[in-house]
Amino acid sequence: MAITKETKEANLLEVKNLKILFKTDEGIITAVDGIDFSVKRGQTLGIVGESGSGKSVSTWSIMRLLPKNSIIDKNSSIKFHRKSGKVVEITKLRANSRELRKIRGGEVALIFQEPMSSFSPVYTVGNQIMEAVLHHRDVSKEEAQEIAIDMLDRVGISNPGQRFKQYPFELSGGMRQRAMIAVALSMNPSLLIADEPTTSLDVTIQAQILELMNELQEDLGMSIIFITHNLGVIAQVADEIEVMYLGKILERGTTKEIIHQPQHPYTQALLRAIPRLDRIGERLTAISGDIPSPLSRPTGCPFYTRCEKVMPGICDVEMPNATQLSDSHTVYCFLHEEKDV
Amino acid sequence: MIKFLFQRTIGMAVTMFFVSIMVFVIMELPPGDYAERWAFRKFSGTGTEFNEADIENVRVELGLDRPAPERYLTWISDIVLHGYFGEAFAFQTSVNVVIGQKIWLTMAILFSTLIITYLVSIPVGIYAAVRRSSIEDYTLTVFSYLGFALPNFLLALILLYISITFFDSSVGGLFSPEYADAPWSVEKALDLLSHLIIPAIVLAWSATAFQLQTVRATMLDELNTLSVTAARARGVPEWKLLLKYPARLAINPVVSTMSFDANRIFSELPIVALVLGLPELGELLLKSYLDLDMFVAGAILLILTFMIVFMNFLADIALAILDPRVKLIEG
Amino acid sequence: MTTTNLPPTAIQTSASQTESEEALRYYSATQFQLIWWRFRKHRLAQAGALILITMALVGLFAEFFAPYTGVTRISDAVLVGPQMPHFCNDDGCTLRPFLPGIKSERNPVTLGMEVIIDPTIRRDIYFFVQGEPYKLLGLIEMDTHLFGVEEGSIHLFGTDSLGRDIFTRILIATRTSLSIGVIGVVVAFVLALIIGGAAGYFGGGLDYGIQRLTEIVRVIPVIPLYMGLAASFPAQWSSTQVYFAMTLILAVVGWPTLARRIRGKLLSLRGEDYVVAARLAGASPSRIIGRHLLPAFTSYIIVDLVISFPYMLLSETALSFVGLGLRPPTVSWGVLLQDAQTVRAIEQAPWLFIPAIFVVVAVLSFTVLGDGLRDAADPYQISK
Repeated sequence: MAITKETKEANLLEVKNLKILFKTDEGIITAVDGIDFSVKRGQTLGIVGESGSGKSVSTWSIMRLLPKNSIIDKNSSIKFHRKSGKVVEITKLRANSRELRKIRGGEVALIFQEPMSSFSPVYTVGNQIMEAVLHHRDVSKEEAQEIAIDMLDRVGISNPGQRFKQYPFELSGGMRQRAMIAVALSMNPSLLIADEPTTSLDVTIQAQILELMNELQEDLGMSIIFITHNLGVIAQVADEIEVMYLGKILERGTTKEIIHQPQHPYTQALLRAIPRLDRIGERLTAISGDIPSPLSRPTGCPFYTRCEKVMPGICDVEMPNATQLSDSHTVYCFLHEEKDV
Repeated sequence: MIKFLFQRTIGMAVTMFFVSIMVFVIMELPPGDYAERWAFRKFSGTGTEFNEADIENVRVELGLDRPAPERYLTWISDIVLHGYFGEAFAFQTSVNVVIGQKIWLTMAILFSTLIITYLVSIPVGIYAAVRRSSIEDYTLTVFSYLGFALPNFLLALILLYISITFFDSSVGGLFSPEYADAPWSVEKALDLLSHLIIPAIVLAWSATAFQLQTVRATMLDELNTLSVTAARARGVPEWKLLLKYPARLAINPVVSTMSFDANRIFSELPIVALVLGLPELGELLLKSYLDLDMFVAGAILLILTFMIVFMNFLADIALAILDPRVKLIEG
Repeated sequence: MTTTNLPPTAIQTSASQTESEEALRYYSATQFQLIWWRFRKHRLAQAGALILITMALVGLFAEFFAPYTGVTRISDAVLVGPQMPHFCNDDGCTLRPFLPGIKSERNPVTLGMEVIIDPTIRRDIYFFVQGEPYKLLGLIEMDTHLFGVEEGSIHLFGTDSLGRDIFTRILIATRTSLSIGVIGVVVAFVLALIIGGAAGYFGGGLDYGIQRLTEIVRVIPVIPLYMGLAASFPAQWSSTQVYFAMTLILAVVGWPTLARRIRGKLLSLRGEDYVVAARLAGASPSRIIGRHLLPAFTSYIIVDLVISFPYMLLSETALSFVGLGLRPPTVSWGVLLQDAQTVRAIEQAPWLFIPAIFVVVAVLSFTVLGDGLRDAADPYQISK
């Protein structure tokens, strides 16, 4: 699957001003509050954030998988470059339209945190892979089966022919995760969204899965959006990292920039909070305070309630603008804004 | 799978054994026995005099003087080994003869009721779940409440009234007068079907209401699961999604409660049959209770219960086929 | 870029104070208070409760509310249809309701008795009239009735073939039907607690045996089982004996289901994390049972009980309907419906059906009430 840089755009996905609201019994919640990001071909974008940061919601919206009580703001834009070359404005597509369904799976695939729950328990693994293949590729049933078994083999599942006929509960956790990757890849997507794919696995399996994903990305030239709250994992897989908090992006940059030169207090606090083997015996540094409830979002910068470098009167009034620190490194913080101005 | 079948069959036999003991106890409960009643009736009917010895003779003749456990064994072995259910005293013939014809009718009613119930409740339940909180959903909920509250026999009476007043047809009974004694033909069969509809609808009424809610509730649970979202993320079209994933799982509780439905149907059958004048087992049961003709009553109880236990057995097998997880746990 | 703004904290104080007061009330409320509050939101369930309470009160003081007694026969008014009180006639309208005159005549063609209405005769309806004596609540001798007429008779729901006022009989039947349901459920519950509790406590063989027994009773179709038991009531029994025996068999057949649910609930609760946590914290078994298990348990049990009423009620109605239940002079809705068994009855005297409406309303009220209670008691349900 060779992609020539001259003929195609570098950007696979461009998201601008994405704002997502939810209607609930207790009121309208803003889950994502106007974020911009983009994904380049063959690249991995990592999205880091705590729960409630909006990382899952923003990616699910790319495939319009949000529940019925969600609203995508009309000024938001999600532009996706299809394999055919056509650029589609995802927000304008009708829900469950044919085009959307072709994009789902066939061009953008999603793998979940819970491999057990994402498979239906009453059909075999093979059946579910074949369903995906038959829907997106013009092949016969026999060919689909071959593709499925081949994919199971590709993701490192032993005895793929036998596993094909088994039910999800008959596979171990790691195998199920691989099977889920197999389903996703069998549809030949150009973008893979991995929503916390290794969070529920133990560390050794985690390492294997990450290695697998790296391999497959190189082989297939696929782009990946990798969502996690684990900075250690992200450092291994991502080319670019975004840090999200309560629906906003606070900092964005290459992996090197974010991990080694974090500029936002939140990013810095996250990195400090990682337990280190060379500092055993020291107290862990947690970020003080709790995430505010989305029903009562703080005005201004969402992090100010827990920030140790908070400037009252400044940080709690307005959201800081983007400060460009380098070609790839952007931070949204008044600390840097002042320097800029 | 064989092991599973074997286990279940043994279970069935054990349950039926205990049920038979219970039925026998019920048979023995009414004070006095048939000999006394027979004598009393003979006396009040024909004025024949009788004394203790006569009653005793009748008793011996009917085998009513043996101790209870012995009578139980005779009774049960007759049934199991010879298929002979005893004497129907009131009819002066064997129970088998009296019950024979009616069994088929009862089964026909049972199956037509079940078919109506599932044909209606499953699709409508799925529909209600998908269209949650809409007008259609609320209407169906109201219908379900009514289905539960309105006693079936009243519904039978109402339907009867409507059919006579507005349609001028005698919907009670099994056949229209023209066909009653006629030989079997397509027209007779159709006539039978048209008469079966009313009892089937009446009996299906509350069962449908109940299963509808069950299907709806399970569907609602399943619609929110990750596996449905994951399938959607693979681009599967909505309607196919619904049918293949949640619906398949929503059927499970329906299958597992099949025997409860049968239980409820048999429970209400005697009264509905009385109201609609259907010559089947339930109505016969009622009569035999009023007559204290206990062999008949016992036989019917046994047969009805057996059908329920058997349905339970079938439901277990169906569930094992539908849901692969079951077999693995049992095996 | 910075604009001077008054820190919003000052303005927010009063609003947040009431908010935090409310929050405090909410968090410190007892379990029953929480359930009560949620229940208040459930309009339908409240309506159901109201209807039931009204029925109970009316049933309790039935003789007062009714113009006659359950056995009074008025020979002039056989199979009379329901009579609506009027407020107006040709002479004008008054505040006091009245009934027109009626006469029973034999129709020369059908030879059946017909009721002719004579609009010129006006029979006023009076309130708190003197009528036949009775004993309120079985204790106090009284003869005041809520309403009545001086000439002829008043039959709001018509009469039956023996000339008995159906309105009166329905009111008395309310008492019987509702009380059988209540007593039946209570006795079944007690049985379930004792037997189920013993099974759970002693475990082992006793538990196993009782479980098998439960399964067997549940497999037999319910009403045929009831009938079998009821058929064995000797003919000589008085109607009161039959009444109590009926409640007994309702309970005897009903306890296995209740016991099963209790047992199931207990088992699942025992495994709950908070119970294990309490045990690990060193709580004594009585404290665990008293403060943790019982509260969680009680709300479900109450719901179960309320939901069981309709079954008992419908079972008694069904049994009495076919003649295997209560015996005269005891009146229940089912007994009253016996007269409405045939199509003929529907054609000639459809008002004999009215008790059915009461049955349906009672069952619906119980069901709705039970649903409302269950919604209120289940903390995991998002309030609508």
